[in-house]
Amino acid sequence: MTPTRKRRLIVISLVLAAVAVAAGLTVLALQQNMTYLFSPSEVEIGRAPASARFRLGGIVLEKSVKRSNDSLRIDFIVTDRFKDMPVEYTGILPDLFREGQSIVATGAMHDGRFVATEVLAKHDETYMPKEVADAIAKAKAKARKGAEARD
Amino acid sequence: MNSLTLWFHKIGSPRTFYRIAGAVAPWCYGAALALGAVGLYGGLVLAPTDYQQGDAYRIIFIHVPCAWMGLFAYIFMAANAFIALVWRIKLSEILSMASAPVGAAFTFITLVTGSLWGKPMWGTWWTWDARLTSELVLLFLYLGVIGLYHAIEDRRQAARAAGFLALIGIVNLPIVHFSVNWWNTLHQGSTVRLLGPSKIDAAMLWPLLTMALATHLYFFGSLLLRTRIGLLELDGGKDWARSIALGESHERAGARTHG
Repeated sequence: MTPTRKRRLIVISLVLAAVAVAAGLTVLALQQNMTYLFSPSEVEIGRAPASARFRLGGIVLEKSVKRSNDSLRIDFIVTDRFKDMPVEYTGILPDLFREGQSIVATGAMHDGRFVATEVLAKHDETYMPKEVADAIAKAKAKARKGAEARD
Repeated sequence: MNSLTLWFHKIGSPRTFYRIAGAVAPWCYGAALALGAVGLYGGLVLAPTDYQQGDAYRIIFIHVPCAWMGLFAYIFMAANAFIALVWRIKLSEILSMASAPVGAAFTFITLVTGSLWGKPMWGTWWTWDARLTSELVLLFLYLGVIGLYHAIEDRRQAARAAGFLALIGIVNLPIVHFSVNWWNTLHQGSTVRLLGPSKIDAAMLWPLLTMALATHLYFFGSLLLRTRIGLLELDGGKDWARSIALGESHERAGARTHG
C-alpha cells in the first residue's frame, strides 16, 4: 500500500470511528427521552407527564371492553400484567383492536383515567396460519388443564 | 503480482467490466423475473392467511424484501465509497453512485407499502416511532447522496464528495435495524432472524425468501446496467468507449461516420 493510500485509509477510518462514537452517544442519550410509549406501571410511578399528552402502551385486558350503545365511545382497561389503567376513547378502532391485543393510545390523564384521542393497534412479529394458531391455543389449554389437575 | 490481484485488476478495468456486466445483467434480470413470479405466486396465492391479519399481511412479501434491499444497497454503496475514497478506483466510484437510486427506490417502496399496511392494521398511515423515522432518514440520505453527486460538475470529484456523505450516513444503518429493540416502537420486532428461530410459519417463509432473492438479483441487474452507462460517460474520450459508441452507431445507421 502506498503511503498516500495508507494515510487516506487512516484518516477515513478515524472519521468513521468518530462518527460512530457520536452516533452511539446520541442513541444512548435518546434512550432516556425518546420513549414512544409508557406502560401502565411507568405511569403509576410517575414517569409519564402528569398534565401533558403522552402515549400509553399495553395489552387490552380480556373482558374489559365496554362499548356504548348510542355513541362511538368505548371503555377498556390497558394492562402490562402488573398494573391496570382504565382508558376511554371515542372513535373508530383499527382492525387489530381486540381483547388481549397490544395497543398504543395517545391522550392524557384525566381524573385517574386515560382519555385517548387516538388508539393504534400494535402488531407482534409472529405470522402463522389460523390452523396453527388454533392448534397452539388448544395445546396450551390442554397443558393448563393438565397442570391444574396435577395441582 | 499474483493471479488473484491480476484478475482483480483486470475485472476492475472499465473496459472488461463493461463487457462482463453487459453479459451478466440480462441473466440477473431473467432470474429476478422468474423468482419474483414464483415468490409472488407463493406469497399471494399459495401461502395461508394469517391468524390475526387475514390477507392483509401479504404485503410483507413486497415490504420486507424491499426493506432488506434498502439496507443492503446502502451497505454496498458505502463499501464501494470507502474503496473509492482510499484507493481511488474509478469502478468503485461508479458502482457506489449507481446503487444509490436503486436503494432509494427500494426504501421508497418500503415506506409506501408500510404506510398502506399501517392504516388498516395500526390505525394510522404514519407515526414518528424510531423505526419509521430512521427509515425516512435512510431515504433522505439516499436522496442527499444522489443530489450531491449531481450538484458537482466534475464526475470524479462529485463521486468522492457523495461517497463521503454515504460513508458518514452508514451510522444510520444499525439504528434502522435495531430501533425496534432499543426503543418502544409501534413497529413490531424482526420476524425473520439469522440467529435463532424465525417467528413465521414455513409456508409463509419460503415465498418471502424467494422474493428476497429476486430483489437482490434485480438490484445487481440494475446496478450493472447503470454502471455500464456510468463507465461510458466517464471514459467517453477513451478509445474503448469510442469504439463501442462507433460500433453501435454503425450497427444502427449503417456506415455513418462519427461526427
